[in-house]
Amino acid sequence: MSKADAVAAALWVGVTLYAVFGGADFGAGFWALLAGGGERGRRRRELIDWAIGPVWEANHVWLIFVLVVLWTAFSTAFASIMSTLFIPLSLAALGIVLRGSGFAFHKVVSRPRDRRLAEAAFAISSVLTPFFMGTVVGGIASGRVPIGNAEGDPVTSWLNPVSLLIGVLFVATGAYLAAVFLVSDARRYGDPDLERYFATRALAAAVGAGAVAFAGIFVLHADARYIYDGLTSEGLPLVLASGAFGLGALVLLWRRAPRGVRPLAVGAVVAVIWGWGAAQYPYLLPEKLKIADGAAASATLTAVLVVFGVAVVVVLPALGLLYTLGQRSVLEEETEG
Amino acid sequence: MGADNLLPLAADLEAARSQMALTLGFHIILASLGVAFPALMLIANYIGLRRKDPVALELAQRWSKVAAVTFAVGAVTGTVLSFEFGLLWPEFTGTFGEVFGTAFAIEGIFFFTEAIFIAIYIFGWKRLSGWGHFWTGVPIVIAGIGGAFSVVAVNSWMNQPDGFKIASDGTVTNVDPLDAIFNRATGYEVPHMILAAYLVTGFLVASVYAVGMLRGRRDRHHRLGLLIPLMVASIATPIQFAVGDTAARSIADDQPVKFAAMECVQETSTHVTEYIFGRCTSDGIKGGIGIPGLDSFLVGWSTDTKVTGLDSVPADERPPANTLLHWCFDLMVGICTALIALGLWLGVSWLRKRDIPRSPWFLRATAVSGLSAIVALECGWIVTEVGRQPWIVYETMRTKDAVTDADGVWASLATVVLVYTALGIVTVLILRAMARRWRTAEIDEADVPYGPRPAPRESSEEPP
Repeated sequence: MSKADAVAAALWVGVTLYAVFGGADFGAGFWALLAGGGERGRRRRELIDWAIGPVWEANHVWLIFVLVVLWTAFSTAFASIMSTLFIPLSLAALGIVLRGSGFAFHKVVSRPRDRRLAEAAFAISSVLTPFFMGTVVGGIASGRVPIGNAEGDPVTSWLNPVSLLIGVLFVATGAYLAAVFLVSDARRYGDPDLERYFATRALAAAVGAGAVAFAGIFVLHADARYIYDGLTSEGLPLVLASGAFGLGALVLLWRRAPRGVRPLAVGAVVAVIWGWGAAQYPYLLPEKLKIADGAAASATLTAVLVVFGVAVVVVLPALGLLYTLGQRSVLEEETEG
Repeated sequence: MGADNLLPLAADLEAARSQMALTLGFHIILASLGVAFPALMLIANYIGLRRKDPVALELAQRWSKVAAVTFAVGAVTGTVLSFEFGLLWPEFTGTFGEVFGTAFAIEGIFFFTEAIFIAIYIFGWKRLSGWGHFWTGVPIVIAGIGGAFSVVAVNSWMNQPDGFKIASDGTVTNVDPLDAIFNRATGYEVPHMILAAYLVTGFLVASVYAVGMLRGRRDRHHRLGLLIPLMVASIATPIQFAVGDTAARSIADDQPVKFAAMECVQETSTHVTEYIFGRCTSDGIKGGIGIPGLDSFLVGWSTDTKVTGLDSVPADERPPANTLLHWCFDLMVGICTALIALGLWLGVSWLRKRDIPRSPWFLRATAVSGLSAIVALECGWIVTEVGRQPWIVYETMRTKDAVTDADGVWASLATVVLVYTALGIVTVLILRAMARRWRTAEIDEADVPYGPRPAPRESSEEPP
């Protein structure tokens, strides 16, 4: 494994963690959007607030990590992606602003009308942001990003079958993960009604995400042949593992098992991400730019690996502390904003 | 969007520059709060724990709630900036990302640490022990300083690029990330920005309580709320003056053209007059107060010092808007001087009678100090950024060669103007509403920090 490959793997770890934690965070917003009105809707949104309140910001730092490692270690790929996919990435950035400020504001405004507005900004952008990010990934995966400054088509690079598919898949996967997490959060919260509510949604989202992923096979076959070939050869074991984890999670959800759903659901998502990574290897931009050709100077790659090592030592334990305190309900919100 | 193709390229450059200026100028205020506000919060927390002072604890707790809002807005506006590195300046990041990027990777660690511990701190008031909770706040302060270092080191690098060579075919070689981080400008730009963060936050928070006191709310809560931030800022301000003075002299050496534009020095010469304000023309300053020889003296401690003029480089290598630069520089220095005087006023009164000055003029001055400090911050930023033009990487890459070829920058600029205006207004309104609620609300027993631990949620929070 070359140094550039090692950095690409570190980048992929960041992508994976963002997909799991950021994805679940977006998914929580998806369920806030569908929570409905009245007392019931209020309680569902309260659980969502309670569950993601302490962790939502940390969940999204992985995106910064991914962007920074990409532009430091693979500058050309970063510049090509960001300039060709200017429109969906600008929309994703807009979504991030509305989502973050909406979430921060909704807890501290007092008038019901303002609160609803902030909640709507949070919930709607929780769906749009991952969708646009998915279209970006679809544009990359289907080889629509050429090397250079805005060399690709500004519109069809992200409005194409693969992009739309992955956009929907991102939203569905996030909703799936979020529902699975919210089931155990509801249990911790001590609310069996909410537990049932989200268990049903988790099942529906599992079937939905699975169906989209299945449909994706045909779309990739038609429109992103390089990735399709990779997924059906080098990536095949991971794809099968993902399917197995997904089915296992489905069975446990169906049987209302108290444990094991979360690791299986996360496993399904992680396996498919690494399957895709294996399929795209050795390309940063499929069939246009290889990892080895797009990598930064050796000294920079070393520096990134060192920083990544420090992050593993410093950030992961801190994140572990945050999630542990959260899971043990040590982090409680004040009764008043 | 097709119509944009018909406009000259420079038009998109202006849109990109305006968007960067707006988003950065907005973020820099929130970033300053993110760096320094946790320190104020912890000082109040420390006083509260040490002296068993409920008023100080209440201040710390409320400040942490304010920090939660400003940190969230700062986090998203910061995320936008990292998008803009590619969206607006792909040639810059594509060419030099491997040189300056490592500093941002390090910043990632600090940002992570900040996001994690600020969450633990904000949500830890109820169930963590007093000192345990206090210590979860310390990493936020350290990470804030570390993050500021990393980000400003990159800006320093843009002013004094180092740690690479350009080969004959134009590609970047001999990359040394450490040389890039510790470039010539890092030593003065980084402390200047970190001090600015403390200064802005200190005066801004103090000004809120000064307004309250002017309206007759002279309880201990307001007194302490004014004293803690104002003391921190008053200590930072004279240090800032010295650091800024060093920075200006270093810029006269390192980026003489930027310095010439700041001071409107048209021709390289000795015995250069220092002008306070005035309008910069191609014949030098019109109007303004001139002090003969002072500019030379400030650069090299002697009126015989030669100051490089704008004529040292071709016209297309000179910064635009010299009057703006000159005014911004003078305003920054002037405001800093006035703030030092305010700090001295507090210091003298504190030494003599352990109290803030009685005069309502002191409170009035403190009330405007917050906005003044923000003006100084923005002025300094304009001098740094506009003064570096036409370069994005000083004497290496022009800003016009760094900009995206994508269409639609005007549309995104228009969106940014709308969204950021709304975001700024809403943030201020929300913070004001929070303060109003705190003023009118009865103190809720359940809200007292470090109170008896409530029963587990399972039993106390059964749905109705």
